[in-house]
Amino acid sequence: MTIANARDALSAGEVSARELTEAHIAAMEAARGLNAFITETPERALADSDASDARRAKGEALGALDGIPLAIKDLFCTDGVQTTAASHILEGFVPPYESSVSANLRASGTVMLGKTNLDEFAMGSSNETSFYGNVENPWRRDGDNRPLVPGGSSGGAASAVAARLCLGATGTDTGGSIRQPAAFCGIVGMKPTYGRCSRWGIVAFASSLDQAGPMTRSVRDAAILLGGMAGFDEKDSTSADMAVPDFEVALDGGAKGLRVGIPAEYVVDGMNDETVALWEQGKAWLKDAGAEIVDISLPHTKYALPAYYIIAPAEASSNLARYDGVRYGQREDGSDLTEMYENTRASGFGIEVRRRILIGTYVLSAGYYDAYYLKAQRVRALIARDFTQAYEKCDVILTPTTPGPAFAMGEKSDDPIAMYLNDVLTVPASLAGLPAISVPAGLSGDGLPLGLHLIGRAFDEETMFRAAQALEDAAGFDARPAQR
Amino acid sequence: MAVDRETVIRVARLARIQVPEGDLDTLAGELSNIIGWVEQLDEVDTDGVAPMASVADMNLRWRKDEVTDGGVRDKVTANAPDPQNGMFSVPKVIE
Repeated sequence: MTIANARDALSAGEVSARELTEAHIAAMEAARGLNAFITETPERALADSDASDARRAKGEALGALDGIPLAIKDLFCTDGVQTTAASHILEGFVPPYESSVSANLRASGTVMLGKTNLDEFAMGSSNETSFYGNVENPWRRDGDNRPLVPGGSSGGAASAVAARLCLGATGTDTGGSIRQPAAFCGIVGMKPTYGRCSRWGIVAFASSLDQAGPMTRSVRDAAILLGGMAGFDEKDSTSADMAVPDFEVALDGGAKGLRVGIPAEYVVDGMNDETVALWEQGKAWLKDAGAEIVDISLPHTKYALPAYYIIAPAEASSNLARYDGVRYGQREDGSDLTEMYENTRASGFGIEVRRRILIGTYVLSAGYYDAYYLKAQRVRALIARDFTQAYEKCDVILTPTTPGPAFAMGEKSDDPIAMYLNDVLTVPASLAGLPAISVPAGLSGDGLPLGLHLIGRAFDEETMFRAAQALEDAAGFDARPAQR
Repeated sequence: MAVDRETVIRVARLARIQVPEGDLDTLAGELSNIIGWVEQLDEVDTDGVAPMASVADMNLRWRKDEVTDGGVRDKVTANAPDPQNGMFSVPKVIE
C-alpha cells in the first residue's frame, strides 16, 4: 500500500486511520530486529489516528495526508518526545518545541509512529555510527543471510519504509543522506532544493547543506509528502519565501520533450558494471518516453567530494560546539569548566563525530583557513557554476545514485575515505543546493536494489518529478525485500 | 600536510574534546589521510573565484526589533543536566 492508496481508501471509508495505524504499529513491533526506530510512539500514534478519524467523521478531513502513519527521523525535534540525533550526548533530551517540518506534517493530520534511527548527528553512509546500534537493511543478497547496511544517514527511515513499517518517512540529506539509503533499500528518496523545507528545529549538521525531504515507496508519494513538509518559515533565515506548487499535479506532465543531460564525469572509479548498465537502461527508458538525451559536462565533479569533506566538517564543528554539558544533554564532571567541556564531549560523541569535529576545527584554524576552507568554498562555486552551464543544454540530469548496491555490515567501517566514496554521485547536487531524487530502478545480480538519480534545476522539483515518474513507470520495480 | 601528535593535541584542545594519550597516533594517522586526500583541491585553479558560503541567493530578512518569544524559563532549563534555582549551572570559574 502507498500513501496515495491509503488516502483513497481513507476518503472512500474503506479503512480508518485507526486501523491503518494499528497495522503499522504491529509491523513496527514485529520488525524490531531491524532496529529502525530509536523511539516508538504507539500511544501518540493511536491518539493521532483517533483525532484524524474524528475529523473525517465530521467532514473536516485536512487533505491527502490526514490519517497517514509516518516515521520521523530522530533528527527532527518533536515536542515532548525524546530527540537524540542518535548521539549519547543528547540521550534523554526532550524538546519543548516542534521542528517546523514535523509541525507542518502534524498540521496536515499525519500520525507519528516513532522516531527513526540514523547515523550519529547524520554523519555516516551506513547507519553504523548510531549510539543506539546499527540498523539492518531488510534486503538480503540472494542465498546469503548476512545482514547488510541500509545506507545512511537516514538508514532507519529507509529500512522502515522498505519493510512496510510506515507509509512514508521524513529524512534529511546533507550529502546524500536521503538518496543513498533510498537506493540501498529500494525506495524513493527525494532531497528538495535548499530552502524548500525549513531547517528550524532539525538538529544541525552542516547548515549550508542540510535539507529535509520525503522517503516513500513511490514517486507519487514523495510528491504528496513533500507537499506536507515544504513551505516558507520565518524562523529559518534561508527558507525560501515562495509558494509551494502542487507537486502531485506535476507528475502528469510526462517526460516528453524533456532534455535529459548525461554527465560524462559521473563514470567514477569503482562503479559497478550493473550500475553502468542500469544507467544505460535509464537513458533508453526516458528516450522511449519522449525525452531527448543530451551529453553534458560537469568538469569539477571529481572535486565535489573533497570539497564537501572540508565544508561539512567545518560547519559541523561550529554547530556541534553547542553540546557543552550546560544547557541540555549529558554532562561529565571535570575539575574546572574546560575539563567539564572536554570530558562531556569526549564521552558524548562517537568516533566518527569526533573525527569530523577535529577535521572541521583543523581546516578552520588559524593558518589553515585559507588553504582548506576558503579553497573548498571556491571549488564549491565552480561546482555550482558547472550545473548552471549544464542547464543551458538540458532540463534534468540523470545519473546512478550510488556506485554499487548495499554492502555488508563492517565492510567499510575501518576506512573513512572508502565510506565517504558512497556519496560521490550525490554530493555535487548538495553543494549546488539542487533538488534530486533516487528512484528504485533495478536489481543487482545478487538481488539487491539499485537506484537511478535525477537532479533538477533549483526550485524546479516539478520537472524532476515528471522525469522520475517516467522512470518509475518504465522500470516497473516491484521486487520486495526478504523481510517485509 | 601530515597531521602529527602535537597538532591533534592542539586541535582537540580547540574543539574541547579530551583525547586519550593512546588514541593520538591513530587519530593523527586518520586525520593525515583525510587531509592528504582533500588536498587534491590544490589542482583546481580558483583564481578570481569568489568563495561560496551559501547557495541561497538572498539577503537576510529584516524584522522589527521586538520580543517574539520568551517567558518560558522552566521550559528552557528543563533539559539542563544540573539546573539550579531556574538557572544553568557550571563548575566554579572564579575563586
